[in-house]
Amino acid sequence: MNDILTVSQLNNNIKILLEERFDFVLVEGEVSNLRRPQSGHIYFTLKDDKSQIKAVFFHKFGTYQRRTDFELEEGLKVLCRARLNVYLPRGEYQLVVESVEPLGVGALQKAFEQLKAKLFAEGLFEERHKKAIPFLPEKIGVVTSPTGAVIRDILNITKRRFPMADILIAPVRVQGNDAAPEIIQALRNLQSYGAVDVIVIARGGGSLEDIAPFNDEALAREIFRSSIPVVSAVGHETDFTICDFVADLRAPTPSAAAELIVPESMELIAKINILKQRMIAGYYRCQKDRRNKIAGLQERLKDPRRFLINLKINLDDLKERLRSSFDHEKQNLNNELQQLQLRLLHQNPARKISERKILLKNIQKDLFNNLSGRLAALKERLRKNSAVLESLNPLGVLQRGYSITRSMESGMIIRQAADLSIGEDVNIQLARGNFNAKIEKIYQE
Amino acid sequence: MAKDKFENALEKLEDIVRKMESGDMPLDEALRSFEEGIKSIRFCAAKLEEAERRVEMLLGKEDSLQVKRFEGDRSDGR
Repeated sequence: MNDILTVSQLNNNIKILLEERFDFVLVEGEVSNLRRPQSGHIYFTLKDDKSQIKAVFFHKFGTYQRRTDFELEEGLKVLCRARLNVYLPRGEYQLVVESVEPLGVGALQKAFEQLKAKLFAEGLFEERHKKAIPFLPEKIGVVTSPTGAVIRDILNITKRRFPMADILIAPVRVQGNDAAPEIIQALRNLQSYGAVDVIVIARGGGSLEDIAPFNDEALAREIFRSSIPVVSAVGHETDFTICDFVADLRAPTPSAAAELIVPESMELIAKINILKQRMIAGYYRCQKDRRNKIAGLQERLKDPRRFLINLKINLDDLKERLRSSFDHEKQNLNNELQQLQLRLLHQNPARKISERKILLKNIQKDLFNNLSGRLAALKERLRKNSAVLESLNPLGVLQRGYSITRSMESGMIIRQAADLSIGEDVNIQLARGNFNAKIEKIYQE
Repeated sequence: MAKDKFENALEKLEDIVRKMESGDMPLDEALRSFEEGIKSIRFCAAKLEEAERRVEMLLGKEDSLQVKRFEGDRSDGR
C-alpha cells in the first residue's frame, strides 16, 4: 500500500469503498439549509446535535409524499431512506435520498394540518354534503375494535336508551399501520351488506400517533363517499381528527355517539302517551264545543216576530222624529224670514234721498252766498288798486312838467349830477316826445 | 325506510293534536283526524315495542361477507 496515488485514484477508491459499504442506509436527523432550485431537486443538510451530512432528493424519485401528505420544512425531524454517493470532482460525499417520512409529534401535527387544509379546500367538510342522521335507526353499523371499553360502552348505552336497534359490528384494529386500510374495508363491507341505517366509527382517546389512522386521507375520502350517514367518535372531546371533519356528525366521545344516534325510547313512549291523551281530550272538547254552539244558535233562532215588532216600534219612532224635526225647521225658517224683512225695511233708500236733497240745497245756498261776497270784495280791491296805480304812473308826473334823463350809454336813469360826465350823451323824456342832449357843464350841489 | 315513517308518524300526530286543540276543526274532520291519530299511535308504539335486539359481527370482504353472532354482548350490561 505504499504506491503513490493520484487524487483521482484515491477518491475513486473511496467511492468504491463507501458506495459498496453504504449501499442503503436509514438515517434520522433534522432538516436544515433546505434549498429548492429550479431543477426541482431538493438539497438539504441532515444534522443532529453533533454532526451533519449533505443530502439531495432528486425530483425523479418523487416518492417522499407516499406515506404522509407533508412537505419538507426547515427544522423538521425526518427519517430518510438513502444511499451514499461520492462526487468525484469535489471529493465530497452526500446522501441520495429515496424517501422521507416525518418523525415525532411536530411532524404528525404538520401532516395533519396540511391534509386538513387540502381537504377543506376541496370542499369535503362542507355542510351541504352532510347527510342527515336517521331519527330511529333499525340497524347500526359500528366500526371499532371488538374488544375493549369502546364497544362495551356503545352496546350498553344503546341497549339502555333504545333496545330495539340491531347492532352490526365491523371489527377493525384502531391503531397502527393496518388500521386505516381495515377501517376503509369495514366501511365498504357495511355499505355492501346494506340495511344499515347509520355507521359509527369509534375509538377511545390516545396520543396523536395513536389516532393517526383516523387522519388518513384515503379513509377521509371513503367516509365522504359513503352512501350511509357516518358518525365519527374518535378520542376525547378535545381531540379532532380528519374523520371528525368529514363525517356527517362528530360525537365528542364514543358514549356520546351512542346517545346521539338513538333516541331515548322511554321518552318517546311517554311523549306518544301524552300526545294520545291530548288528542282524546281535544276530540271531546271539539264535540262539546259543537254542541254548545248548536244550543246557542237554537236559542237565537227562536223568535222572529219579536224582531219584527222591534222594527215597527223603531219605524214609528223614526217617523215621529222626522215630522217634529221638519216642523221645527219650518218655524226656524219663518223666523229668519221676518228678521230679514225687518232689516230690509230699515234699509229703505227714500228717506236717505230726501235727507241728501236738503243737504244739497244748503250747500248750494252756502256756495252762492260765498261767491257773491267774494266777488264784491274783489271789485272793491280792484278799484282801490287802480287809483294807487294811477297816482304812480310816471306819465302823470311828466304831465306836470317833470322829465326823465337817461344815460345813452347805459340806459340807466340819472338821479344825481355826479353820475354824469362832461360830453356824455343823454336822452331826456318829456310827457310828449323826447330828445338827446350833450352835457356841457355840471353843477355839484 | 321505516325510520322515516316513524318520524313522519310522530310529526303527523303532533300536528293533529295541535289542530284539534285549537278548537276550530269541523266535527267530521275531527273524527277523521282522530282515527288517523290512533293509527299513528299504534304504528309508533309498535316500533317502540321491546324485542330482543341482535348484535352481530360483519366479517370478510365485500364478495365474501359473513355475519356471526357477537359473543361479547352477553357478558355486558348485567
